[in-house]
Amino acid sequence: MSMKISDFHCKDYYCLGVDIGSTTAKVVLVDDGNILYECYERHFSQVRQKTLELVKRLASLVADGRPIKVAISGSAGLGMARAAGLPFVQEVFATGEAVKLLEPDTSVVIELGGEDAKVLFLQGGTEERMNGSCAGGTGAFIDQMATLMNVTNEEMDELSLQAERLYPIASRCGVFAKTDIQPLLNQGAKKSDIAASIYKAVVNQTIAGLAQGRRIGGKVMFLGGPLYYCRGLRRSFVETLGLDDEHAIFPEYGRYAVAIGAALYASRQNDSFGYDELVSTLEHSTQERGETHCLPPLFESQSDYDEFCARHSADSVPEIGLDGYSGKAYLGIDCGSTTTKLALISDKCELLYSYYSSNRGNPVEIILEQLRILREKCGDRVEIAGSAVTGYGEELILHAFHVDLGLVETMAHFTAARHFNPNVEFILDIGGQDIKCFKVRNNAIDSIMLNEACSSGCGSFIETFAKSMGYEIAEFSKLGLFAKAPVDLGSRCTVFMNSSVKQAQKDGAGVEDISAGLSVSVVKNALYKVIRANSADELGREIVVQGGTFYNDAVLRSFELEIGHNVIRPTIAGLMGAFGAALHAMERCTGASTLLNAEELAAFTHTSKATTCRGCTNNCRLTINTFSGGERYISGNKCEKGAGKKSSGEELPNLHEYKRKKFESIMEHTGKRGTIGLPLALGMYETAPFWQAIFAELGFGVVLSGFSSRELYAKGQYSIPSDTACYPAKIMHGHIETLIERGVDAIFYPCLTYNFDEGISDNHYNCPVVAYYSELLSHNMDSLAKTKFIYPYLNVNNAHELALGLGKCLSESLGIKFSQRALKNAVAAGYAAYGRWMQDIRREGTRAIEYARANGRRIMVLAGRPYHVDPEIGHGIDKLATALGFVVVSEDSIVLPSEPPEVSVLNQWTYHARLYAAAQYAAEHRDVELVQLVSFGCGVDAITTDEVRAIMEKHDRLYTQIKIDEITNLGAVTIRLRSLLGAIEANKED
Amino acid sequence: MTSANSYPIFTTEMKKDYTILVPTMLPMHFKIMEGILNSYGYKAVLLENTGRAVKDCGLKYVHNDTCYPALLVIGQLIDAVNSGKYDPHKVALMICQTGGGCRASNYISLLRKALQKAGYEYIPVLSFNINGMESQPGFKITPALLHRMLYAVLYGDLLMLLRNQCRPYEVNEGEAQALADRWTKRLTAEMTSGSIRYSHVKDNYRAILRDFAKIKLNRENKVRVGIVGEIFVKFSPLGNNNLEDFLYQEGAEVVMPGLLDFCLYCVTNNIMDTKLYGINRIKEPIVKLIFNFLTGKQRDLINIIKAHGVFRGPTPFDHTISLTRGYIGMGAKMGEGWLLTAEMLELIDQGVENIICTQPFGCLPNHIVGKGMMKPIKERHPGVNIVAVDYDPGATKINQENRIKLMLANAASSAISA
Repeated sequence: MSMKISDFHCKDYYCLGVDIGSTTAKVVLVDDGNILYECYERHFSQVRQKTLELVKRLASLVADGRPIKVAISGSAGLGMARAAGLPFVQEVFATGEAVKLLEPDTSVVIELGGEDAKVLFLQGGTEERMNGSCAGGTGAFIDQMATLMNVTNEEMDELSLQAERLYPIASRCGVFAKTDIQPLLNQGAKKSDIAASIYKAVVNQTIAGLAQGRRIGGKVMFLGGPLYYCRGLRRSFVETLGLDDEHAIFPEYGRYAVAIGAALYASRQNDSFGYDELVSTLEHSTQERGETHCLPPLFESQSDYDEFCARHSADSVPEIGLDGYSGKAYLGIDCGSTTTKLALISDKCELLYSYYSSNRGNPVEIILEQLRILREKCGDRVEIAGSAVTGYGEELILHAFHVDLGLVETMAHFTAARHFNPNVEFILDIGGQDIKCFKVRNNAIDSIMLNEACSSGCGSFIETFAKSMGYEIAEFSKLGLFAKAPVDLGSRCTVFMNSSVKQAQKDGAGVEDISAGLSVSVVKNALYKVIRANSADELGREIVVQGGTFYNDAVLRSFELEIGHNVIRPTIAGLMGAFGAALHAMERCTGASTLLNAEELAAFTHTSKATTCRGCTNNCRLTINTFSGGERYISGNKCEKGAGKKSSGEELPNLHEYKRKKFESIMEHTGKRGTIGLPLALGMYETAPFWQAIFAELGFGVVLSGFSSRELYAKGQYSIPSDTACYPAKIMHGHIETLIERGVDAIFYPCLTYNFDEGISDNHYNCPVVAYYSELLSHNMDSLAKTKFIYPYLNVNNAHELALGLGKCLSESLGIKFSQRALKNAVAAGYAAYGRWMQDIRREGTRAIEYARANGRRIMVLAGRPYHVDPEIGHGIDKLATALGFVVVSEDSIVLPSEPPEVSVLNQWTYHARLYAAAQYAAEHRDVELVQLVSFGCGVDAITTDEVRAIMEKHDRLYTQIKIDEITNLGAVTIRLRSLLGAIEANKED
Repeated sequence: MTSANSYPIFTTEMKKDYTILVPTMLPMHFKIMEGILNSYGYKAVLLENTGRAVKDCGLKYVHNDTCYPALLVIGQLIDAVNSGKYDPHKVALMICQTGGGCRASNYISLLRKALQKAGYEYIPVLSFNINGMESQPGFKITPALLHRMLYAVLYGDLLMLLRNQCRPYEVNEGEAQALADRWTKRLTAEMTSGSIRYSHVKDNYRAILRDFAKIKLNRENKVRVGIVGEIFVKFSPLGNNNLEDFLYQEGAEVVMPGLLDFCLYCVTNNIMDTKLYGINRIKEPIVKLIFNFLTGKQRDLINIIKAHGVFRGPTPFDHTISLTRGYIGMGAKMGEGWLLTAEMLELIDQGVENIICTQPFGCLPNHIVGKGMMKPIKERHPGVNIVAVDYDPGATKINQENRIKLMLANAASSAISA
């Protein structure tokens, strides 16, 4: 738009720009092109009141009576502008206009807001981009992370400047990043390093998610609150983009750009207001209540609430003071992801002492302090006869304080729940960071459901939200109890809930309605996303709910309302893990306790150091904890090697490892005709031996791009156009970059609508991503411009058609004309090699199973897709499984039953057909467990997981699913696998 | 090799007194189709239930990671069964199936699972497809039925096209929609009685054009916004939060490529299977015949619109296909496949420079054919604005609208400077 600066520089009226973002309100008053007044404040969702308050402050400035032209902008400003009938301008557009006026030679603008991230390209084809609906790394995300680390935003910034190293943190979405950070905190990584890593994650997120292959260069302007306040974030951006001082602009008006743009937009409006008129317009604009859906109130009356409180206070354990007690006592420690809990019980299960606190990023400190207190209080009068620890920090605490026993969380919770209701059928635990649910059958844990990385909207979510709205959690949740019209916020992940709340605010919902709505959404999330329940009956009647989040009466009430009957919430709901651990210690500890005594505690020291393991290609980031006496505990390792332990000597068969070794044997092959590069990702994990043999036969050299790594992923991250695609697809970009670097003559990844037909399914499709990802690569990776990229559509099920297709594409792209005979021979060689390859894998699979049976080992079918054997995509879960004593086989290594299993879906994908068959095999053999790996974002697996589960459950077998993504945190996976082991053991005892 | 689980059969007797519930995608097209089914002795009812209950029903009975359209379609069906309006023991449910490599082919299995969970496992499910999958004795998709359905598609496309071209400019608000509704009713009546003469169909085209040309319009410039995407969220107001209405309120003219293109796309894919993979060589001549028949019908419609001279007609499909050259291979046939890319290019070719690409959150094919093609399209057409909008039960309208508003602001701004 041609900028009429003259409108802006006009003495006839004032221009007022109001920018109401998701968390803050900004106003700028302009007189004749000069900024007369500016203001930036958090609005705590009180959008209209805050705007009014800010406008009222202008009274003295505009006292001369000149009229005011006004425009509103910002994501939370739309509703208000509509209600008041004031002009509205979209905020990214406003930013663009402001920057073009103030700094015309800017090439790129990066703006981070409360919940939005934007990149504007102003030169060479204007383009403005906003983060998609699944992208967190913004101001709200930084706030959440600061809360998680128990520091203020300022402190976090300060810390980040002292960082010495960076940890890889998933940069896609806030929830993912949180899953990465939590274990780092628990493992004792330095806060300064974590702070800097968080900023780096935000930077990566912005570049990968928004630039999408377009280079950020020239003069880059940084705008928005977070970039104004956080020096560490600024530094990280500048370093990552390689900018010098001249090309990185952090303007003083950084926070006000949108408001200035709005003022500019205002100047071009015809209507103007007198000051009093403006105030009264704002005062009288009643927000129409929009389409936000409302729910019935949680409590109709105070008496309802009183009855509810009385009922729940009955489920308690007797608490007797430690001071009046003497005799044996048992200690349980629950070192959770966000909180640390301790319970000391008497031999009659009375509670002697308890402790519940946020672990403030350093559980070791807290537990040390608590143990010192306990030892002092106990003196000689009370003997701590046994101790057990559970939770995320189990291993660390076990080693630090010589705790007698460790047990997996699920077992701890089950033990505690059974204490309150011996007939318990269902346990739901919502903690700060995770949701755990399990069904109980025959007195043993039957099926376990944990929240996946994506739906972690749990307790800490409400807490962070409360803080962002200016409340303490207790006060905030109380507000919701008597809300008249709780808003329905849906049951999606945290990021979505943020925008649902935004929408509700826009529609005029009050804090109390939002508070109640959040409680309901936490419950719905647990019921429908994690448990995937269809009806209340499915959970059974005997339900125990626990976890700190259920102290929140609003959440508890929502749960009871949602399932339609009452449940038991023990008064020690938040202590159940620790209480269960204490009970466990009481059951199992016989001799003297090894727990550190008072003297040892007095001398206790703890330091932690970060390093990278070079034991294998996984390159795990390790944290080495050193305790008093030089004892070390290493965390972050995926296998025994990293832990510095000697291997037990027995190397258990692992088909994932076996397959990787096989790929290593075909990584490079020379030939006289030049080199073809094959990216070892997606479908190539199946077809590499096939293509390798074909090209070798034709006289080409063949190079595979090698296994994936985080570094390899980073190399290609900049060119990913769709950030919600699965990790195995996104990592493809890195493989292509690697092949280009290796200088291959051409890269080959064909489009295969149809995969090999193994005769066990209705059809034999590939998924759309595996089939057509080349189409995307060829148009989104600029680096491919100089290398030939061959991606023909081929039929691998018909030798004749394949030879024809190959001949055509090789002649078109490389100009080499092969004879039909040469092509036919090559294709035949391909089929032969592929046949040998698969046969060998099945032979090894059979051998592994025989080995397991001969040596009394459990067998795990670690099933997924062929590409899940990649060390980066599979995150070494196979090694974790062998470390736990499983012989690991893959879904394609099992000699399939002759009859394919019955499934109630269209069995039309080759890989999935194998999955169903493998599940059938596992279901029919009691010494075989099935663990299904599912890549986050895999749409097809929404269908297969239910089906595989059905196959297993039809035979009364456990089904375990592990969702994987970029995250390297194996904490949740360990819990799952250990719980699986626990359940197997329990079944055996029966 | 599908499961031997025995599903409820829809017998020929049931045809008489069972109500067949049909989920809605395109209100006008489907209304006519409902009429056609009824003229064949079925008791079909096009579902109009929308809103919260539909979504909740879907969330409750369908795996939440499944794509949004499955959730909505199944939610709409079960919500209707729950409504009490029908005797659950006297209804059958209809669902469309294409049989491609996309998970959409599994909607029917998902529906059956959902019915089981909801306690309606006895309700028969009818698959509307042309591949002969899931056949039911009481429900026959005959060539004659398909022939009539084709006219429903052609009429529906024409009405949608004309309504969209009139609605933003009409002097008397609501006139275009009212006219389209009147014609829908009239055509439904016609399609359900007697035989169809093609010359009469063409006369109808002309009459429709004449009627729409009579609507009084303001002559003003409005931003034209094209909508492409996954077929359900593209077309269904339920799926896209009433996107068309929103754009209309924001002062834009909506340009929506028609349903016939999708039919032609499906037919073309059969030809491509032969061409690329040598599959189904025997059927090839017939498939080509069908293709030519359909493009012939499209050509007639285009020529009549051209002869009338007031409105912009659809793009001939051959031309639409030719636009994909240099962008995407015609073998990419899952979901909306290459058609989605082709439609973006076709819109640009028509001078529509603002495009909304709609998809369910996490739609697999659209990673490639939608979001994956935006970079090359923008590079070669620098003036073009494309915004990808994801739909999902948790996605909020405000987020979606804010992104669309940005596009509209830029469009308005470049319209002024042009």
